[in-house]
Amino acid sequence: MTTIAELPPGFADKVLSAQSTFRSVMDAMARPGSVQRIVPAAGTPETMMRGTAAIALTLFDHDTPLWLDARMAERPDVVKWLKFHTGAPVVQDSSIASFALIGDGAALPALERFALGTSEYPDRSTTLILQVESLESGRPFELRGPGIDGTAMLQASIKPFDLFERLHLNEALFPRGIDVVLVADEAVVAIPRTTRIVSKGS
Amino acid sequence: MNAPAYNFAYLDEQTKRMIRRAILKAIAIPGYQVPFASREMPMPYGWGTGGVQVTAAILGPQDVLKVIDQGSDDTTNAISIRKFFAKTAGVATTTATEEATVIQTRHRIPEAALNENQVLVYQVPIPEPLRFLEPRETETRRMHALAEYGLMHVKLYEDIARFGHIATAYAYPVKVNARYVMDPSPTPKFDNPKMDNCPALQLFGAGREKRIYAIPPYTQVVSLDFEDHPFEPYRFNAPCALCAAENSYLDEIVTDDEGGRMFVCSDTDYCEGRQAAGHHGSLSAAPYKEKAQEASNG
Repeated sequence: MTTIAELPPGFADKVLSAQSTFRSVMDAMARPGSVQRIVPAAGTPETMMRGTAAIALTLFDHDTPLWLDARMAERPDVVKWLKFHTGAPVVQDSSIASFALIGDGAALPALERFALGTSEYPDRSTTLILQVESLESGRPFELRGPGIDGTAMLQASIKPFDLFERLHLNEALFPRGIDVVLVADEAVVAIPRTTRIVSKGS
Repeated sequence: MNAPAYNFAYLDEQTKRMIRRAILKAIAIPGYQVPFASREMPMPYGWGTGGVQVTAAILGPQDVLKVIDQGSDDTTNAISIRKFFAKTAGVATTTATEEATVIQTRHRIPEAALNENQVLVYQVPIPEPLRFLEPRETETRRMHALAEYGLMHVKLYEDIARFGHIATAYAYPVKVNARYVMDPSPTPKFDNPKMDNCPALQLFGAGREKRIYAIPPYTQVVSLDFEDHPFEPYRFNAPCALCAAENSYLDEIVTDDEGGRMFVCSDTDYCEGRQAAGHHGSLSAAPYKEKAQEASNG
């Protein structure tokens, strides 16, 4: 059994690390497709990337129901670490989650199973935090939408392969929808619900 | 020295997390008003508590903060908020628009073009553009959900019927990303075109009304109008009396009780910058200063 003493630590400097992590995520959300860096300053349980851990410490608390995919949920150290450092309640029902942590993108459930918000309150939707292989190399994706001057190019190696096809639901549902934060170690890219894919290579 | 009595940037971490989550959703849904649990701040409502909370949630030690009130860096509200963050966050402050990374503003957008590394934080009194047309929050929320904005066009039309032109001069409604009608806060409509396709991120905080909303960079912002009555920014037809600027937003200042008045740039940093660069208006004190200096040198 892991005791609390054996858990990896949280932020060494709670206040300033949370601030710099937030600014990276905010810049990522404001400029979709741009790769932002998170300066890792926290211990990280296995299966959780350094960027994911920093985002968890920055944004999660007792007000944010959290859904974990099987890859994350099967690791007691991940669950304990999240519980100890953030206090976020882990829920089984993905449709009431504020955040969903996805360790294995290939097994991403249908996006309709997450909270999509309501027409009156579209902000009450799940933010997906999806760990991916790379945000520097891989298939090119050409994106457009608010926050992007013309179009933006993202090169990424992402699972599920059809993520952007699935995100088409954002187009039909807007202003309801799903916002996605892609994490590859300490690199972060956000795909808010307003971002559209123009083209992609293979 | 005593231990600091407050957390960095005044707000506690739980509050910052809550505000930060609201900011992220606001950016993801441009123009939509995200409810947030606004806190009591050590200043009264109406003094920018919404803007202060947004600024406190984003501010870091590397930031350089500028605060303006009606374009001026030197009014009570601007000075006290600047001092507040200098004291609670220890951040550098400036009056120069180009040097700032975070600009908190009440009722103006700076004249100097903003860049990608800047965040503009607006203080908002009434975030709901439909509020004076429909007092019920449940109804305005439904109108936004259905994108039912006919009432706003009726209001602008009534302006035309009554005055012959759209007489709304400030808080002029805009449509963001072709979806949400948004109140740009009581900025003069002169500033509306600056919001469109702006390289800087724009965040709006309404403390009393507990709403945060945003315009991401490079987002379409259109001022509502009619084909036969297109939107026109308004400006007093005069050059600035201090710096002779022909394209800046002007304040009218009454100078005596006999109808005397002068028009000066509302953006003090812009006006001072122009004067320093050698532009002089009809009432500029600069030539006298220069003469005084010459006299003292000679």
